[in-house]
Amino acid sequence: MRTKDLSYWLFLAPVLLALTLVVIVPMLLGVYYSFTTWNGIDTGEFVGFQNYIDLFNDQRFMDSLWFTTKFSIVSVILINLIGLSLALLVTGRVRSSKLLRTTFFMPNLIGGLILGFIWQFIFIKVFASVGEIIGMESLQGWLSTTDTGFWGLVILMSWQMAGYIMVIYIAYLEGMPKELLEASEIDGASSFQRFRYVVFPLVAPAFTVSMFLTLSNTFKLYDQNLSLTGGGPYNSTEMVAMEIFKTAFMQNAFAYAQAKAVIFFVIVAIIALVQVYLNKRKEVEM
Amino acid sequence: MRKKWNIKLEVLGLFLAILWLLPFYLMFVNSFKSKKEIFMDTIRPPEAWSFDNYITAFEELDFMRTLFNSLLITVVSVVLIIVFSAMAAYALSRAKSRLSTVLFFTFVAAMLIPFQSVMIPLVTVFGKFEMLNRGGLIFMYLGFGASLSIFLYHGALNNIPRSLDEAATIDGANRWQVFWHIIFPILKPITVTVAILNIIWIWNDYLLPSLVINTPGSETIPLKMFFFFGEYTKQWHLALAGLTLAIVPVIIFYFFAQREIIKGVSDGAVK
Repeated sequence: MRTKDLSYWLFLAPVLLALTLVVIVPMLLGVYYSFTTWNGIDTGEFVGFQNYIDLFNDQRFMDSLWFTTKFSIVSVILINLIGLSLALLVTGRVRSSKLLRTTFFMPNLIGGLILGFIWQFIFIKVFASVGEIIGMESLQGWLSTTDTGFWGLVILMSWQMAGYIMVIYIAYLEGMPKELLEASEIDGASSFQRFRYVVFPLVAPAFTVSMFLTLSNTFKLYDQNLSLTGGGPYNSTEMVAMEIFKTAFMQNAFAYAQAKAVIFFVIVAIIALVQVYLNKRKEVEM
Repeated sequence: MRKKWNIKLEVLGLFLAILWLLPFYLMFVNSFKSKKEIFMDTIRPPEAWSFDNYITAFEELDFMRTLFNSLLITVVSVVLIIVFSAMAAYALSRAKSRLSTVLFFTFVAAMLIPFQSVMIPLVTVFGKFEMLNRGGLIFMYLGFGASLSIFLYHGALNNIPRSLDEAATIDGANRWQVFWHIIFPILKPITVTVAILNIIWIWNDYLLPSLVINTPGSETIPLKMFFFFGEYTKQWHLALAGLTLAIVPVIIFYFFAQREIIKGVSDGAVK
């Protein structure tokens, strides 16, 4: 097949059409609109960087950006720690390995919206009644403050995504040559030394994949945010994706919301590119 | 060297598994209680296993219809993504040229774009052409889903020798026949992966359908669940029954295809 052939273009036509109309055209239009006073119907007038200047002085947007960053950093660390621990556990000397994998992975199949509702019940009702029984005041009123909302989201995401990340680490751990581990054991390496000097360098590529996946998933979080806290109390647990949505569809500030959406794209793209670059370099060194 | 059994690790694992399932246990047992019973206690199983909550939730969710809507959108979208992405990846992997490289790179680069960055123009443009309906939604899923699927198919296709295509061509088969009769069957393992990743995504997707589907009666499960939850926000007994109902189809799917699902998700992430 050559690019001159008709068949080449026929094979590509449906996805090219869909990608163009669904992703490329809206993206380009969006960048253009972000420099105007577009209201969804009329393009309005060209205002240069005004929307971008405004958003840097927009306390609510900057708060959501900061909240999202804090949430992502804490979640990425916890999810990867728990995920790797679970992977080491289920690939260790246990008989119920398969059952454990199935269980830990299960939350990932269920939509974030539904998981958020389930945890809303747990944080509000179950935590309160457990707190009453064991006499712990701190279990009352969860999700009604910014801190409990933050940790609620972190707990929900760690519970959900740890099993997903576990599956990725397992793929690398099981691809590891067994002879290497046995040899180091015979040579008298302790289990910490085995992990540090044999296992860790071999699963290093898994960190690239896992960090990238968790970071982009947590930074772009919307469904769980919507169903667990709804951004409350007083928009203090609102993440960027939700803030953009509300600016566009509740305040009807389309062009302004689109400027935020462009900034959001730039951040997500930079994170992805930096992460891939850094981890690629590290792999080579080891 | 035989694997020794580590009983402490085993106990730890089982303890964690119970902890992981606890949210589902709590959802399940409380979904059978009355409003008053939940108020009194949320930990213990219900005094009587009454299905009253489920009958109400089933009717309010219009469950059979909502389930059908979700199935329809998911199945049609996933089939189209598989067919068109495999074809596109085949063209890109067989016609090696600068153009193919550029196109492939465009698809991969599109994966970097978060949905929120295109959502506002997307909805207004499709709204202008009266495409905010199920047809439009399926077309959007093709646009958003094609990139990863093409990426996965492309990787698999590069491992299939071209001599296979050439042999079939000499035997008189055209491109279309070569692809569907010779190549596509060999791609089956990656097709399973592509199918699973897209099923999980589309089945659970909330934001896109919430912007696109406006007609009552065509809502998918996450959409209907959102409205339902909003209506019964202080009535946990009904909300929990609804949530349990919403999860049942996924659990059934997981029960029958857990090996393929875990393998598919791990392949999709690692590649």
